[in-house]
Order: sequence, then structure tokens, then C-alpha cells
Amino acid sequence: MSSFNQALTSTLGKKLIMALTGLFLCAFLIVHLIGNLQLFKDDAGKAFNDYAYFMTHFTPIKAVSYLLYASIIIHALYALILTVYNRKARPIGYASFAGDKNSTWSSRNMGILGTVLLVFIATHMANFWWKFHNDEVPYIEYRTDLNTLETQVTELNASEFTDYQNFTQDGQEVTRARDLYKQVAYAFQNPILVAFYVLAMAAMSFHLIHGFNSAFQSLGFNHRKYIPIVRFLALWVFGIIIPIAFAAMPLYFFFCK
Amino acid sequence: MSEERTMNLTLKVWRQKNENEKGKFVTIQANGISSDMSFLEMLDVVNEDLTRKGEDPIYFDHDCREGICGMCSLHINGRPHGPKQGTTTCQLHMRSFHDGQTIVIEPWRAAAFPVIKDLAVDRTAFERIQQAGGYVSVNTGGVPDGNAIPIPKPSADEAFESATCIGCGACVAACKNASAMLFVSAKISQYALLPQGQAERYQRAQAMVEQMDREGFGACTVTKACEAECPVGIKLTNIARMNREYFNAKFFKEKTAHS
Repeated sequence: MSSFNQALTSTLGKKLIMALTGLFLCAFLIVHLIGNLQLFKDDAGKAFNDYAYFMTHFTPIKAVSYLLYASIIIHALYALILTVYNRKARPIGYASFAGDKNSTWSSRNMGILGTVLLVFIATHMANFWWKFHNDEVPYIEYRTDLNTLETQVTELNASEFTDYQNFTQDGQEVTRARDLYKQVAYAFQNPILVAFYVLAMAAMSFHLIHGFNSAFQSLGFNHRKYIPIVRFLALWVFGIIIPIAFAAMPLYFFFCK
Repeated sequence: MSEERTMNLTLKVWRQKNENEKGKFVTIQANGISSDMSFLEMLDVVNEDLTRKGEDPIYFDHDCREGICGMCSLHINGRPHGPKQGTTTCQLHMRSFHDGQTIVIEPWRAAAFPVIKDLAVDRTAFERIQQAGGYVSVNTGGVPDGNAIPIPKPSADEAFESATCIGCGACVAACKNASAMLFVSAKISQYALLPQGQAERYQRAQAMVEQMDREGFGACTVTKACEAECPVGIKLTNIARMNREYFNAKFFKEKTAHS
């Protein structure tokens, strides 16, 4: 076995894979959040629908998206492999185990939090990704008068829609797009789904506070000079700002739309 | 210091004849225990009682009883070395418990630490990890001058802190994954930080990690339970250093010379 393979199959190497895929998923979240902030724009979803088209048709983004799917699968798979491995390391458990005295709940239950997130990702993709890619979303046409900048919105039938189009005609900018925005607005009228999304974001918060911090440890970075920055980012960016901003989306559509 | 008290306790002790037989909890009454006794002295009293009754005394590990040898173990009420931080079981006193309390006493639980008898476990897995690379080879010759090799003070301090590990196995016992990373990383660190350890630095990291995996210890989940329960306060930064040393060795260092 080459030393590279040997390194990756060791307990340290398996954690390295968890750390790298985990950090990549963290980086993705930032991009995903910035894009999804278009949902809060009051423009009948034009900015969001344009963004959805861009993300699914721009080649470099598409390439990265395959890396993303792979990361999710590898992260979950290695979590499973490590869990089984770690269980084997203690075949007979303790009758009395005071884990709460020496560690946080989330650090001991990353598997539970991660499973919630995996179910969430499956639900999330079935709701939006699958529907968008299989033409199960409505279509829309935006006509913006280039002089007055007023926009007219018309819903299109499936027969009228061929593909995403953007052209200028008679002093009007015409955009025809798949209306993912409407699908989002529709999906978030379901209170159970909204509650699940909010719960999943709470799970994500705890998962990422521990995960983001621990990834650096697994990579071998832990020094008092820079670790406060990592702690700060883990708590404020990944533990508070990102989950709250994401949770605000279903709540916004449920209560305000 | 608080005044001496006498207390009666209920012990739930793990009794197991040997490695192959199944063990079980046995409830034993410990009466008239002084609050000034150490935990091990309390067990001595219980054992004398058992011996007098013609029963098999509770088998447990101990040696120096000064908190420096790392021989005593015991998982007490869900925590290695009991409820206090930064202490070994021999330095734990009965004043940390109250009259009428039930105390659950279990051996370290890990596949790599099989039970020898009752509360004593076989920790030679640690020794095999040490033998795999936890040393500095010294060839014969004259004794080198004490201060001949300059060592920066921070490195010396850090190495010393890592070297305080007494190898008791509380890190393994506390870890939900029965991981030995804190122990192994402390042993790798103490040499990685010193000039004397440089020649074998990268072989050492690889050999010790590989032996650790072979012994069947779990992986690290960074719960930090090991750091919290370590009687001598070995830091989690050691584990990060071990990861660095290991990946550095595996990905960037030559195994043999270029031909």
C-alpha cells in the first residue's frame, strides 16, 4: 500500500477526509446563503430565478456542484464507517457514563445532528433541486420597460416555454425563466415543512460549531495564535449568522407572503 | 480542611473472574469509612472485610499511591479517576463523597484494554505503542554535556508538559470512542519538540500511529473529554501536533533516498 493510501485509511486519515469534506461544505454554505438572499428581493422572484438559471448552467459552477454532491456522500459515508469503527473500540459500554461532565452534548452526538441534516438535505433537494431539474416548476415571463423600468409579470404555460431566454424587444427586456421562486413560496406555505427547516437549521448550528472547530484540529491546526479566529468564525458565522439567515427564509415566506 | 466524618456507602463493583468469563455488578456495603481515606484505602478496608469473610477481595491496580505512577485506574460514577479534575484515584479522597451515597465502580472499558480481573485492565497496548517509536535511540559513546544542545525555553516547557503523561489510560476511558490519541500524541510531542527527537521524528509518528490503530483504539471526535479527565492536564494541542507530524511524514517526507 502506498504511503498516501495508508495515510488515508488510518484513523487520522479518515478524520482528515471528514475535515476536508466538512470544510468544503461549510464554504458552500456561504455561497448558497449569498445566492439565496435574492429570495428576500421584492421583484416577483426575477433575481432569484436568474440566479437559479446561472447556477445550473455555468460550467465551472456545475463542475463544483459534482464535487459538492461527492462531499456530502463521502462525509456521510465516512461518518458511518468511523461510527462503526469507534463502537468496536468499546464493545462493552459503561453502566454509568457522565459524558456531560467532561464534554458538550453536540460533540458527543454529531452523528444524530448529521443524520437530521442528511434527511434535511434529501428533503431540500427533492423539493427544489429535483423539481427544477425535472421541469416540475411553473414558468414565468418578466417584461421590463427600459424607459420606465416597470416590470410586468405573466405566468407561462408549459407549451409557451422552451428554455431560459433573455432578450430585448421593442424597448422591453424580456426574461423567460423557470419560476423556482414560486415553488419556494408554495413549499413554504406548509407549516410542517417550515418547522422542519427551522429545526434542521438549529441542528446545523450545533453541528457546525463543533464541526468547524474540530476540522482544524483534525487537519493539525491548533495554536493559541490563530485558534481564537477559528472559534469566532465557528460560533458567529457558522453557528449563528448562517443558520439564522437560512431559517429566516421559510419563516419569511410562511408569515410574510 | 473539613473535619473527619465517618460514612456508610453502597458500592456497585464490577466483578469478573478473568478475561474470558462474563462479569457482573456486585453490590457491596462499605461501612464506617473515614472521609480522610483515599479511595484506594476505602477499597483496602472493603477488601480486608471480604478476606475476613473468606470471600475473594476486589482486584484493582495501584502502585505508588502518590499520583505519579499512572497505575491506578477505576471508572467511578461515570468518570475516570472519579468526580475530581486533575487527580488520580489514589489522590481522590472519600470527602468527595457523602454518607449513604451509591458509588458505581467499573474498569476502563476499551477493546484494547481487556479486563484481567475485576477492575484491573491490561494496558500493555500502551507499552506496545511506546515500543513502536516512543523513544530516542542513543548510540554508545561518552555522555553528552548537559547544556551542549541549546533548546528554546518554550519548546522545553511544552515538551515537558507533554512528558508529564503518566500513561494511566484515563483519556481512553473517558473518550466515547475509546480513543488513545491524547496518550499517543503526548508521547509523540515530547520528542517532536526537542532536538534529540529530530532524527527519528517522522518514523516515530508513523510507527506509533500505526501501532495505535493496530491495537484497536477508536478515532478522535474532539469531544475534549480526554483533556478534561486527564489527571496531569495533557492538552488537546498535542493531538493536533500528532496529526501534523503524521500527515507531514506520510505526504511530504521521503521513506528512502531518491535513486
